[in-house]
Amino acid sequence: MLRLALFAVGLMALSGIASLALPRGRRAGDWFFAALMLLASGAGLVAALGTLESGASEELTLAFALAPGFRIDPLAAAFLVPVCVIPALAALYGTGYWSEAQEPRSARRVRVFLGLLAGAMGTVVLSRDAVTLLYAWETMALATFFLVVARDEEPEVRRAGWIYFVATHVGTLALLALFALLRVRTGGHELARLDPAALTPGTTTAVLVLALLGFGLKAGIVPLHVWLPGAHANAPSHVSAVLSGVLLKIGVYGLVRVLWMMPAVPRSWAAVLFGLGSVTCVFGIALAAAQDDYKRLLAYSSIENIGVILLALGLFALGLADGEPALASLGLAAAVLHVWNHALFKPLLFLVAGSVLHATETRSLSRLGGLAQKMPRVATLAALGSLAICALPPLNGFVSEWLLYSGLLRGTLLAPGAWRGGLAAVAVVLAATGALALLAFVKLFASLFLGEPRSEAGARAHDPRWSMLGPMALLALLCLAVGSAPLAAFGLASRAARSFAALDPVAAGGALAGLARIGVVSAALLVVAALGTAWLARRARVEGRARPGTWDCGFARPSARMQYGPASLVQTFTGLFAWLIVPLREEAPVVGPFPPPARHALAAPDVVLDRGVLPALRGAARAAMRLRPLQTGAIQVYVLYILFALLGLLLVR
Amino acid sequence: MATLVHLLVLLAFPPLLQGVIVKTKARFAGRVGAPLFQSYFDLFKLVRKDMVVSRTTTWIFLAGPAVSLAALLAAGLLLPLGATTAPLHFEGDLILFAYLLALGRFFTVAAALDTGSAFEGMGAAREITYACLSEPALFLGLLTLVRLTGSFEMSGLFGAPVVAGWSALGPGLVLVWVGLFVVALVENCRIPFDDPNTHLELTMIHEVMVLDHSGPALAAIFYGASIKLVLFGSLLVRLVVPVLPGGIASWGVFLAALLVFAVLVGVVESVMARLRLSYVPNLLIGAALSTGFGLVFVFLV
Repeated sequence: MLRLALFAVGLMALSGIASLALPRGRRAGDWFFAALMLLASGAGLVAALGTLESGASEELTLAFALAPGFRIDPLAAAFLVPVCVIPALAALYGTGYWSEAQEPRSARRVRVFLGLLAGAMGTVVLSRDAVTLLYAWETMALATFFLVVARDEEPEVRRAGWIYFVATHVGTLALLALFALLRVRTGGHELARLDPAALTPGTTTAVLVLALLGFGLKAGIVPLHVWLPGAHANAPSHVSAVLSGVLLKIGVYGLVRVLWMMPAVPRSWAAVLFGLGSVTCVFGIALAAAQDDYKRLLAYSSIENIGVILLALGLFALGLADGEPALASLGLAAAVLHVWNHALFKPLLFLVAGSVLHATETRSLSRLGGLAQKMPRVATLAALGSLAICALPPLNGFVSEWLLYSGLLRGTLLAPGAWRGGLAAVAVVLAATGALALLAFVKLFASLFLGEPRSEAGARAHDPRWSMLGPMALLALLCLAVGSAPLAAFGLASRAARSFAALDPVAAGGALAGLARIGVVSAALLVVAALGTAWLARRARVEGRARPGTWDCGFARPSARMQYGPASLVQTFTGLFAWLIVPLREEAPVVGPFPPPARHALAAPDVVLDRGVLPALRGAARAAMRLRPLQTGAIQVYVLYILFALLGLLLVR
Repeated sequence: MATLVHLLVLLAFPPLLQGVIVKTKARFAGRVGAPLFQSYFDLFKLVRKDMVVSRTTTWIFLAGPAVSLAALLAAGLLLPLGATTAPLHFEGDLILFAYLLALGRFFTVAAALDTGSAFEGMGAAREITYACLSEPALFLGLLTLVRLTGSFEMSGLFGAPVVAGWSALGPGLVLVWVGLFVVALVENCRIPFDDPNTHLELTMIHEVMVLDHSGPALAAIFYGASIKLVLFGSLLVRLVVPVLPGGIASWGVFLAALLVFAVLVGVVESVMARLRLSYVPNLLIGAALSTGFGLVFVFLV
């Protein structure tokens, strides 16, 4: 299985480069790339699902100078699944969305780096030692940078690219420090279970902090998320789908792998994960609800979902620390299933966003509306995606959140002393997050697709071609499938626990009966709701009578601009959260009885980035200017510095 | 048999509650009021009528009432009502209960926004914003019961442990009950949060969202609203009457208690004025805090 997985990952990495051989400006290159990616995806899925099924672990060391080592085990396989599914579907979507004919400047570049990104993500997951992992990690980070700046002629894109570039390297530095520390303490750089003797309490704390910094930056944990909204909003939409759907989860994978390496997980780690998860959830979804740019809204919602996954990991860590296999198994299964679920509905929504952007050329919700009339298929897929991401039954998001809730509720009865109240508080945070998600996604769906168009932007919109609809439809079907067959999905996801000796998937048995019944309720709900809608539709059909307009309480001439817009929909909410959401208003004061034409714009910038990180960095830059005299520009002086540094190191030894 | 009674009560009883509320309000105003069974007549009338459907709308507009009603009926199968166990019960079903209500909300709000009407947009915005505050309050209340009874099945949240809870920490449970009562009034759009009878669209929440629905679709919405009142009513009733005598007598006690609940709602509507909209979030935060204090009580003891 490992060889098959490595073949798949290698093929992904090379597929974009191979497609360069085909002539420019034709469709052949796009389709060749998509075909290779789909082939690799099939091979990778066979390997990943096979490993999950068998629960076996395989290792391989290549006989090169640096001896890169690889391993596939159920945990790696669980995270390999989204790496196999999403980039291939994105490549297929890209043949219609970002083809060489449409984007001659960047299409070939995007293919090369999309392939490399997919291959590098797969390699990170399959790495057995820190050196292989770091090489793959850096390839992944750089490929992402070039994908984000695909439209580098726009200043906003370049700004997002640079912020990402700096953030990702801070993360890589933290990982270097983490693996260096482990190397010093344990004498090896293999990613294996650590020797309890090598871990002092100080080392354990340092491992947690460095892992959270390094992997957390990639996952987008608040307050390390500052690079994420800009990068995900400005990348081409099919790339955003891969970034949000898969790349963030590689950071999560890193955190789970570190938990796997620890011989004993301290209880304080669970507290840290719960705390960070709660902040990430609420911050992410609150900012999402306030956005006017629908791609930024989706990006912030990814932050929220990472928060949900962190809460599940907190439960997992608590179960490990306390020797409660039931809690740990539920936590891990909820985390893995939410990773998969988010890798289904978020790419679906980003591909929907891409189709809308393609058809209307605006990212502003307040300029759109009524697209369901022009793009009925995309609208239906968007409705399914929105329901799924709000964790509503009968779709898949509900299954993983239900697992998490059921673990938290169990925890309020099983966990030691003060933890019970804490877990109850976490459940309430999750409930509040769910209600806010409903606000954000009703806003997204309704502002794009329902009502009347608010501007001319969508006048010529229509459903996209099948190469773009196909991947979206497949993702939506998978969302429905997981929602209606939750037991099967749980069965597969919970096998990731086989990598942990202390865990027993059967220990989560109490959840199985519930999942079976949820499946029944979901299926029945789908049927009854569909029948009811069909009956109403039949009753609504009246032959030979024109349909009237909306009744607006006797108001004679309502115009489309009088609709409740996306900003007004969330106005009360943004008022309540004024301490977190500081809207950026741009409006001209009204002067005199006949004021001049005015312009009004509203945006919700990131408080952490604009009020915290950027001012701090500017301060650091000013401080660093004091070191300017050291930089003479003469190469001899720099060589002298190197000599001094080496001498210093020799003395320390 | 028990399931049959459950279904019968769930399907046939809810409109009567509306009648009781209207009658109570009429008596307070010194009027005779509409017949008790008027809501049934209204539903039958609406089902027979034709529909007028705006050309702005899509399938979402018709799916709104259908999905909400289906979700509310499914939620009704999870509550024990007048029996010891619900027809459908499993560990963690209270999460499904809360999320089924959220599913109904999603579709009601989306159907309102589908019409493109400014008025319906206002209602939608209010409904969905207030839900952000009432949902945590509902969860806090349910968690108190989970902690108290040691069960996380809807059917297990009531019974002997709640009776013991009333004697050991009565004040805490009163706080929870009050908080849940406020949530019930908000979720069911009653005074002091919303006025189901007003025709001034600017001040309404729920009624304004259904302005464009007519005929069978409107019937589905009204019917769904009456079921929702029964769902919240039975939560509150079972909190006060956790143990029922058993057999057919327990259904009698339960239904009588539910009618008392309806009278209580009617009394609140008669003696209070509708709140100014800007005060609603404050009261909801108050409700969440009230249930939160209840939870703290339960954890302390």
